[in-house]
Amino acid sequence: MYNTRVRGVLIKGNKSLKDVTQDVLRPMDAPMPRWWYVTAFLAISAMIWGVWGFYNTISTGIGTWGLNNNVAWGWAIINFVWWIGIGHAGTAFSIFLLILRQKWRTSINRAAEAMTIFAVMAAGLFPLIHMGRIWDGFFIFPYWNTRGPLWDNFNSPLFWDVVAISTYLTASFLFWYLGMIPDFATIRETTASKIKKKIYGVMSFGWLGNARSWLRFETAALLLGGLAAPLVVSVHSIVSMDFAVSVIPGWHTTIFPPYFVIGAIFSGFGMVLTLMIVLRKLYKFNDYVTDGHLEAIARILTFISLIMGSAYLIELFTAWYSGNEYELFTFLKNRVTGEYTFAYWSMLTCNAIIPQLFWFKKIRKNITMVFIISLFINIGMWFERYVIVVTSLSRDFLPATWATYEPTITEVAVFAGTIGLFVMGVISFFRWIPTIAISEVKSVLKETTTLKSFTDED
Amino acid sequence: MDKQYWQSLEDYRETKTKSDFSKKAEPEFSIEGLDESEIKAKSSRRDFLKMLGFSVSAVALVSSCQMPVRKAIPLLNQPEELTPGVANYFASTFFDGTDYCSILVKTRENRPIKIEGNDMSKLTKGGTSSRVQASVLNLYDDARLKGPMKSGNATDWETADKEVIEKLTVLADEGKKVVLLTSTIISPSTTALIEEFTLANPNVEWVMYDAMSMSAIRNANDLNFGRPVIPSYSFDKAKVIVGFNADYLGNWLMPVTFSKQYSSSRKISGKNPKMSRSYQFESLMSLTGSNADYRFGIKPSEEAIVLLNLYNKIAESTGMSVYNAPKSPVDVTDVATDLLKNKGKSLVVSGTNELNIQLIVNAINNALGNYGTTLNISLPVNLKQGNEKAMEALVKDMNAGKVDGILIQNVNPAYDYSNASDFKTGLAKVDTKVSFADTMDETAQLCDYVLPDHNYLESWNDAEPIRGSYSIMQPTIRPIFNTRQFQDTMLKWMGNDGDFSDYMENNWKTMLADSTNFESDWNNIKHDGVYHAKVESDELSNFSAQSLKARTSKNVDIELVPYEKIGMGIGKYSNNPWLQEMPDPITTTTWDNYLAISPAYADDNNLKLEDIVEVNGIEMPVLVQPGQPVGTASVAVGYGRTSAGKAGDGRGFNAFGFKFGESITINKIAGKTYPLAMTQMHHDMEERPIVRETTFDQFKKDPKSGNELHTYDEKHNVTLYNKIKYDGLHWGMSIDLTSCTGCANCVIACQAENNVPVIGKEQVKNRRIMHWMRIDRYYSKDEANPEVFHMPVMCQHCDNAPCENVCPVAATNHSTEGLNQMAYNRCIGTRYCMNNCPYKVRRFNWFEFVNNNNFDYNMNSELGKLVLNPDVTVRQRGVVEKCSMCVQRIQEGKLTAKMQDRELREGDIKMACEQSCPTDAITFGNLLDENSAIKEDQDNPRMYHLLESLHTLPSTSYLTRVRNNES
Repeated sequence: MYNTRVRGVLIKGNKSLKDVTQDVLRPMDAPMPRWWYVTAFLAISAMIWGVWGFYNTISTGIGTWGLNNNVAWGWAIINFVWWIGIGHAGTAFSIFLLILRQKWRTSINRAAEAMTIFAVMAAGLFPLIHMGRIWDGFFIFPYWNTRGPLWDNFNSPLFWDVVAISTYLTASFLFWYLGMIPDFATIRETTASKIKKKIYGVMSFGWLGNARSWLRFETAALLLGGLAAPLVVSVHSIVSMDFAVSVIPGWHTTIFPPYFVIGAIFSGFGMVLTLMIVLRKLYKFNDYVTDGHLEAIARILTFISLIMGSAYLIELFTAWYSGNEYELFTFLKNRVTGEYTFAYWSMLTCNAIIPQLFWFKKIRKNITMVFIISLFINIGMWFERYVIVVTSLSRDFLPATWATYEPTITEVAVFAGTIGLFVMGVISFFRWIPTIAISEVKSVLKETTTLKSFTDED
Repeated sequence: MDKQYWQSLEDYRETKTKSDFSKKAEPEFSIEGLDESEIKAKSSRRDFLKMLGFSVSAVALVSSCQMPVRKAIPLLNQPEELTPGVANYFASTFFDGTDYCSILVKTRENRPIKIEGNDMSKLTKGGTSSRVQASVLNLYDDARLKGPMKSGNATDWETADKEVIEKLTVLADEGKKVVLLTSTIISPSTTALIEEFTLANPNVEWVMYDAMSMSAIRNANDLNFGRPVIPSYSFDKAKVIVGFNADYLGNWLMPVTFSKQYSSSRKISGKNPKMSRSYQFESLMSLTGSNADYRFGIKPSEEAIVLLNLYNKIAESTGMSVYNAPKSPVDVTDVATDLLKNKGKSLVVSGTNELNIQLIVNAINNALGNYGTTLNISLPVNLKQGNEKAMEALVKDMNAGKVDGILIQNVNPAYDYSNASDFKTGLAKVDTKVSFADTMDETAQLCDYVLPDHNYLESWNDAEPIRGSYSIMQPTIRPIFNTRQFQDTMLKWMGNDGDFSDYMENNWKTMLADSTNFESDWNNIKHDGVYHAKVESDELSNFSAQSLKARTSKNVDIELVPYEKIGMGIGKYSNNPWLQEMPDPITTTTWDNYLAISPAYADDNNLKLEDIVEVNGIEMPVLVQPGQPVGTASVAVGYGRTSAGKAGDGRGFNAFGFKFGESITINKIAGKTYPLAMTQMHHDMEERPIVRETTFDQFKKDPKSGNELHTYDEKHNVTLYNKIKYDGLHWGMSIDLTSCTGCANCVIACQAENNVPVIGKEQVKNRRIMHWMRIDRYYSKDEANPEVFHMPVMCQHCDNAPCENVCPVAATNHSTEGLNQMAYNRCIGTRYCMNNCPYKVRRFNWFEFVNNNNFDYNMNSELGKLVLNPDVTVRQRGVVEKCSMCVQRIQEGKLTAKMQDRELREGDIKMACEQSCPTDAITFGNLLDENSAIKEDQDNPRMYHLLESLHTLPSTSYLTRVRNNES
């Protein structure tokens, strides 16, 4: 099935099954290196600053942000959408690549899924903190009550958001956790520490590793995977409807759901690339996350970047073709030219132009370049959300109401806090959870590792 | 431990550090200092119960302390006229020394909470101004004096009276001069009282003082007619109105009355299209200029030249003497022709306080035969009686030590006199200084005794703004503080123990001498609040022409024009946060004054908004004002108070030192800026069909002109959904953009009615103003002399409301009567509705604006909160609010009809903005009522909805702006 001559070697170094276990688990037993402490310190500092941001917002009011009567959404929503987008990588990886029979996903999917969980957690904080009366936030759940009964407005995309995101988070978490059960059992079996044995024993749900377990495990994984696949599409479609359902020029577009999903996968893959380059450098996982892996992601990004570019062009075309003066103004006079030129062109350059450099093999093979471009994608996707949220609101229908928006220190703190949460989550994951799905790598080890022919590249 | 093998050095070190970890057994906690029984003791059942009792009561105590205890003491005997929850209205009069207005005071549970216009007045006809609306807040001003003061310390009335009377007696005995310095007094009873007082004390001289004087008009009429009066004006009878620096819709003389008159001559309908035409020549962009059909920018020094040229043009064709005049900078031929076509039906006014100019104005009006039609000398206006000559003499006398006593009532010359420092040094030389100020203002601070006057809502008084038109002021609340009405103090000092209400009644007895039943007549007058006596127009002596002249205009860099802002006036209400935060109708600036310069000057001198310049030693921020004539700059007085109170102190700078037309040099202070909080930053309509306009000529040809898009949009608005069907009631509103002058009365009326919080300059700058109603102002055409559009925008109550379907918790929804309503309790503040509102009328409570020291305005004061309308919820932090279409008024109207067992009638319910609109621009009613005025507006060819192409189906509609000009 898998032809290494065509597809290349996935796991290098002629590993044995035992090597895989040892290699992956080694960082978990080793004393935490200095970079871990430095990163943890920075992440926790950012989180503390974020807690201050939360405290300031909740105790004083949303007025501590830079929003105003006309631009009522700002960084909170930009960052929410940005995180949700990043949160697409894991599930997209696991599900779509599973469906497409991309075996190379096995070394990456665990980390990507972990990223999803922490990114969605970080994203989930924004709708909370962004509420004017967070203490009444439970109103958004359709619970039986004595107030009439008073139900939610099922027409509102914000309510759809609540449903979509909580479902996505739950499904992603279960899928991720399920995949880890055999690995936890491996740790349980290999660890010397009694406490660890106990903890991982509980976490592995008493995994036995017999044929029945594997059978059940694989069925469950398949089922969950099947259930989660539509969620990848639905969650960001629904987030896009926060905008698409409105009447605001630049928001009111039917292209938004596919455009947002593609954008989300784009940013998610971009973030996976960033993260994997760091991970394999720090843990010397070059044998598992090979240059071939990174190149595969880069190729996907090139393709998605083309879709992004065409989406941007279609948006412009639709604005022009609609003949709607407000739409035209937003796109041509407020984005392409005008006050928000910088943000618009940053978005376009980072998302549609820079990733095209991946066409060149030299660049694709140059890990430093790949890393830098992946950062550009992250930034570009942030700008995309900025362009959508701010440019449309700040200059909409009545020029008398036009207002500009600038974030305040509190909003920056909240964002930094979520970055801190994400980083802390990721490095805790590095520390306490096998970063590469041991069982899955093992399953593809034989057929993808050695070249069976006479060529001896290795 | 097993033997360890290691393969590499790293491995070895790793295992080493691991094994180095030595575990030392340590006790879990230190037991030093505890005796054995304590360590081993178990708590007994008794201890447990003790602990339980203590902790439960502690928790109960602590948690119960969280809620502040508020005491409500019920009335022991309920007053007959008071029903809790039902408002009482009292007719009264607003007069503050400058502005007059007949009003109704709405009281709830015996406290005034809202001012409404009194439509029985033939002058103000139910209109008010923003200052009148805001005046109710002054009653609850923390800065008000709580009782009499002596040299800055509290004293009691007995002591103060005794001491002042003693001093005055000594001064009277020695024949030393005492001056009673008051504002203009239009009350016949008070005038009688003061005359009685001066008669009893011949050493007392009465001087009236106005911060912005209009004595030139009186002097000119003295010369022309032998009567030193201000004539009454009838803008409604004029077909052509020419104004010269007279902001008659904003500040000049009687703006409410004039607005009513002006708009009534410009109400147009398809059946009977008639419209007056207004020309405005002015040296700044005024409210009147912004509404004029033709506006010309002139320098102050050019005013006389333009006027004389205009006069000459008219005199040529009427055969009157022509005078030498320098060449006019503006071609006035068309204006002259228009005026000549409307002889006897035109009006020329000037707001410049220069005799020369007023003589030319009189000559023009005389040549046009306007006396007796649009101007009436025999029904003079009693406002603005102050004479700057008398004031100058007083200051001179004081400085010369010739004045030994001064009694100051309702004026603040230490702040607003053009030469305040002279006044202050003079005042220091006066022995006995008594002030009747109700706050410790700049002048009161310099006085020995401050005997605070009542607020006007606590006072009895009468007013005669125009001869024969009376208006009664009556108390609507018992005095809140230990204050005493000025007139009562006068009576007391005259040895009269009665109070002023009796004095006034007696006075009215003589005034209504021919009344057969005084008791009932007097009660009716008090009930109506107004009384229009039959006045015979007496024979007018012939116009005695004076020689007219105009100097050639000065050739200076910049001529300065001090003016009054619509909200702030002369700064009397500086401590009124509502007025401080009211966006100026022209610049939309709040909380500050500034130097307005022309765009051309700004370009030439590299100046921009918020730059700081220095003029005559005063640093001031710059505002580039389209329409500010080249060679002029304008600056608002009424700011820079130092002793107004917490809201007013230190706002802006004092510009009373500047003279009209004074030549100045503007020095830029590089690198310094000063933030100005404006509510609108973009002034161009971007060619969007927002304010739809047409000219009167086109309108006559096609009433739909300018509104062609409406037909198109109606035709192309397609929907898959069923239209909402309403059963009986569907509330709607219509705003006539031709009538609306943008005076912002409605903004403050709405604020007072709906408990809209004040948020302060910084937050206004952040574009978070809370006003439910805003007035958008757009400029078009030339920046040197733009056309200006005012457009009131509030919630449009869309039938297809974009805000409603995006709220996740259904906090905003549609009522069965077509209202878009907010359930504050349900709102969680996602602000999605704000984003999705194309009109951007939704407001968010960014902070807690109540009981918050960071927003130290009326809602942070126990006293200030008394102004709140109990029918309207005070909103919590984090919820969205907006115009509710005064749902409390709708409810009240429905209940009243129900109680009276009748159908709801047109006019039962009036919106707060509509009720007191001085131009009747706003109509409210039931869209389903075929005979209602609102239905008529709906069918008006001028009707359109704002942004109707979005198919939001608003219940609020607009009528196109019609200008009576040619372009």
